[in-house]
Amino acid sequence: MIKSLDPRVTREQIEENNLIDPLTPMDNWETYEVFHQKKRGDQHMHVGIVHAPNPEMALLFGKEQYGRRSITANIWVVKTANVFASEYDDADMFETTPEKQYREAGGYKVMEKINKYKKAQKV
Amino acid sequence: MNTTAIKELLYKMADDLLIIGHRNSEWTGLGPILEEDIAFSSMAQDKIGQSQALFQLLHELGEQEPDTVAFTRNANQFHNAQFVELPNGDYDFSLMRHFLYDVADQLRFEMLANSSYEPLAKVARKIKGELKYHVFHANTWIVKLGSANEESKARMQTALNDAWNYALGLFEEGDFENDLKKEGVFAGEATLKQLWLETITPTLTKATLTIPHENTWEPKLGGRKGIHTEHLEPLVEEMSEVFRVDPSAEW
Repeated sequence: MIKSLDPRVTREQIEENNLIDPLTPMDNWETYEVFHQKKRGDQHMHVGIVHAPNPEMALLFGKEQYGRRSITANIWVVKTANVFASEYDDADMFETTPEKQYREAGGYKVMEKINKYKKAQKV
Repeated sequence: MNTTAIKELLYKMADDLLIIGHRNSEWTGLGPILEEDIAFSSMAQDKIGQSQALFQLLHELGEQEPDTVAFTRNANQFHNAQFVELPNGDYDFSLMRHFLYDVADQLRFEMLANSSYEPLAKVARKIKGELKYHVFHANTWIVKLGSANEESKARMQTALNDAWNYALGLFEEGDFENDLKKEGVFAGEATLKQLWLETITPTLTKATLTIPHENTWEPKLGGRKGIHTEHLEPLVEEMSEVFRVDPSAEW
């Protein structure tokens, strides 16, 4: 019999050469993405995932996993399968080319006009 | 106010929480999946914390320090119902006990939130949120497993049958029921039991589980008076082992 420092293990009276049954994968539990909100009105922030068979249980687990150590106002869970995401292979579509700087706020060349106008006002 | 009556009430509640908290914590590291392991362990910790709050009230009424009371008594000095000391069994039994006990616990504290014994009413209001989550957790599992497949349904029904008479033992009346009612401290075990039956029935129905027929009901009594099953003594020994090594140690 296995004698362990953990009394729960000793109580099980497990044979020394006992072979534990091979584990079968749980392929029927999906993952849910968990979103955590600190206080009302704040954005929900993505904090991680949980395994769960349905949304209610995802909420149960999400609360303990991600809500128990910090202030929490609200939690969302969303089935990972329902998240429609871009492909990393397409990440180049987020790149901005130098020619498109006119689309950034800093790209507007208006200071010149403003200064000209101010000067005109002073006269 | 009748202090003896209040102490009796506090002792049985505190001991129920301490013992079930310890039992549930035996699942730590062995739970069915990681997420559930964490949730169940976290609730077990809540229970021990709640028992500590009640032992603290007892201390204020002249009893010894919470740690001393929790860890130096013998099994026959505990006032918990026999239900909470039963071994965990498989996860089906542990979940069923969690459901039957926690609903009763939540209702008891709801009744006590308006108790004339203000310190207890204050504790009741403070832990309301924890109890809400515990019952939400229990209800979700019971309904899910009761209606998942043939095996899970059969196992949950067996667990309910095995647990039932012990669960009824939670409502064993004490010697001071009338005093507590008269003074507005607690409305009594009979009222609580009625409320409990009304609350668990719809959930069990939703889970397609059946409460054993009333003519088979035989509440397992005695726990409140220190009469316990053979399972409590080893539990108390294991629970207090570290404390007893050096009772004066600072933690």
